[in-house]
Amino acid sequence: MTDAGSGLPTGEPVISIRGVSKTYGDGFTALSDVDLDIEQGEIFALLGPNGAGKTTLINIVCGIVGASAGRVLVGGNDNVAKYRQARELIGLVPQELHTDAFETVWNTVSFTRGLFGKKTNPAHIEQVLKALSLWDKKDGEIMTLSGGMKRRVMIAKALSHEPRILFLDEPTAGVDVELRKDMWNLVRELRGTGVTVILTTHYIEEAEAIADRVGIINKGRLILVDEKAALMAKLGRKDLMLQLEKPLTAIPESLAAYGLELRNGGRELVYTFDVVSKRTGVTRLLNDVKKAGLTVCDIETKQSSLEDIFVGLVKETA
Amino acid sequence: MNWRGVYAIYRFEMARTGRTLLQSIVSPVISTTLYFVVFGSAIGSRITDVGGVSYGAFIVPGLIMLSLLTQSLSNAAFGIYFPRFIGTIYEILSAPVSAFEITLGYVGAAATKSLMLGVIILATASFFVPLEIAHPLAMLFFMVLTCFGFSLFGFIIGIWADNFEKLQLIPLLVITPLVFLGGSFYSIDMLPDVWRTVSLFNPVLYLVSGFRWSFYEIADVSPLVSLTAITFFLGACLMIVWLIFKTGYRIRA
Ligand SMILES: Nc1ncnc2c1ncn2[C@@H]1O[C@H](COP(=O)(O)OP(=O)(O)O)[C@@H](O)[C@H]1O
Ligand SMILES: [Mg+2]
Repeated sequence: MTDAGSGLPTGEPVISIRGVSKTYGDGFTALSDVDLDIEQGEIFALLGPNGAGKTTLINIVCGIVGASAGRVLVGGNDNVAKYRQARELIGLVPQELHTDAFETVWNTVSFTRGLFGKKTNPAHIEQVLKALSLWDKKDGEIMTLSGGMKRRVMIAKALSHEPRILFLDEPTAGVDVELRKDMWNLVRELRGTGVTVILTTHYIEEAEAIADRVGIINKGRLILVDEKAALMAKLGRKDLMLQLEKPLTAIPESLAAYGLELRNGGRELVYTFDVVSKRTGVTRLLNDVKKAGLTVCDIETKQSSLEDIFVGLVKETA
Repeated sequence: MNWRGVYAIYRFEMARTGRTLLQSIVSPVISTTLYFVVFGSAIGSRITDVGGVSYGAFIVPGLIMLSLLTQSLSNAAFGIYFPRFIGTIYEILSAPVSAFEITLGYVGAAATKSLMLGVIILATASFFVPLEIAHPLAMLFFMVLTCFGFSLFGFIIGIWADNFEKLQLIPLLVITPLVFLGGSFYSIDMLPDVWRTVSLFNPVLYLVSGFRWSFYEIADVSPLVSLTAITFFLGACLMIVWLIFKTGYRIRA
C-alpha cells in the first residue's frame, strides 16, 4: 500500500537505519552500531553535543559519506544499491554554509532541482523563494547576501525538488531570531504536507520547541530515542542553589526528605527538581529551610546542562 | 539516466565560463596572436618551408593543440576542484546522479569550452596565414577526442589535487614542456637522431602529428598511430575516473 501523496509505503518507517557504524580513514570511530527508525511525517530531533556523530549519520543517509557497516533504507530503498530512488526523496541543508558566490539565487535553486532530475517548475521555485522571504533577492548574486540569507538559500535549494524528507543539520546555529521563527513555521507547514523532518541540535530547548520525537546521541552511540514529552521529563532537571550565611556540617533532619546536597564547605545547599512536574517543591523547601532556622543570603537556579545530562545518561546506560 | 542532472551540471559549468569570458577566451586569442607574430612572422620569415608548408601555417595545428591541452586540463580540473574546495560538492554527492553523469556534466562542459576555443584560434590563425584543411572531418575528430581526453585528465587532476598548487602543477610542469617538445613548432625530422628517438616517447607528439596531418597531410608518425594513441589515452583516463568513483577516492570520506 502506498500513501497517495508521497508514493511511499505507509505504515513502514520512512528511514530505517540498521547497525550503522563509521570509522573514518584516520581510524576514528564516529558512529558505533546505530539503529534508528524515522516515522513518516514526524519531526525528529537528533540531540547531542559537538562531535557526537550527528553530521556523520546524516551524511551517511544522504550518501555523502559511506558507512563502514550496516545499511540504510530510505522509503524502502537501500541507499547504496538503489541510491537514485533513495536520494530523490531527500532534501539536505548541511551544517556549514556552502554556496557559490557568483550564481544568482534563482539559478542556484533551479540548479538543485535539475540535479535531482526534476522537470523545471518556476511556480514551485517561486513559492519556495517566497516562503523563505527570498523573492526580492532572486536575481541577486549569492555573495551579496548576509549569512542568514545564505542559509535561507540553502533551505530553498533543499526544498527545490519537493523532497519527502528534509534534513536540517544544526539549522539554528548562528541564526537570527527572525529566521529561527520562519524556519519553525516552515517545518510545521512541511509536516502538514506529510514531509518528514529530521534536525540536529545541541540545544534541548530547540528539540523541545519543535520535535515529536527526540534521539540522543553521544560519542557515536544512540543512547535513547523517545517521545519528546517522556524525554523532557527525564531531561528537564534544574538545580536550586541556596547560599547560606553560616556553613553547615550536616543537613538538618527536617530537610532529609528533599535529597539535598551540601557543597562548598557547607555554605551551599543544592536541591535538584523537575521543571516539568506540577509540584517542583521549591516553595515547600524554602518554607522548611526557614523553619529550620537557616539564613539564606542568595538563591540561584541552573538548568542541568546537556553535558551533565549526557554524562548522567552515559553512566546510566554504561 | 538522469539527463536533467547532467544538463544542470553542464549548464552551471558553461555559465561559469560565461562569467570568466575574458580570461577563458580572450587571453588564449591574444597569446595565440603573439605566437603568430613572433614565431610565424618574425622568426618564420627566416625559416624555409617545412614539408612544403610555410612555417607560419605549419605551426597552426601545434598552437591549437597547445591551447586545447592546457585549457581542457585547467578548465576541467578547476571545475571539479572548486566545489570540493568550497564545499558545494555536498550537493552533487547527495543528488541522484551517477558517477558517469557527474563526469559527463563536468567533462562535457570543459570539452565544449575547449572546442569553442579551438575554433576561435583557428579563425584567428586564418587572419595570419592561408589555411588549408585537407581532411576537415578528421581534424574535427582529432579535436573532439583531444578535448575529451584532456578534459578527463583534468577532471582526474581536479579530484587528486588537495591544494591550488597541485592544481597548477601538472599543466605547468608536465603539459607545457611536452607540447613544446612534441613537435608543435618543428618537425622531428629537424632534430638529431637521438632527440628524434626521445621525442617518440612524448605522447603529445602523436596528437600534434595526427592533427597536423588532417591539415596538410604531413606527419611525423602515421595518423593511424596517432589515432590509436589518443584513443588509448582517452580509455586510460576513463578507466581511472571509473576507479576513482568506485573507491570513493578523495570524494567520499
Ligand atoms: N572526515 C573526517 N575524518 C575524520 N574524523 C572525522 C571526519 N568527520 C568527522 N570526524 C570526527 O567524527 C566525530 C563526529 O563528527 P560529526 O559527525 O561532525 O559530529 P556532530 O555533527 O555531532 O558534531 C568528530 O569527532 C569529528 O572530529
Ligand atoms: Mg555536526
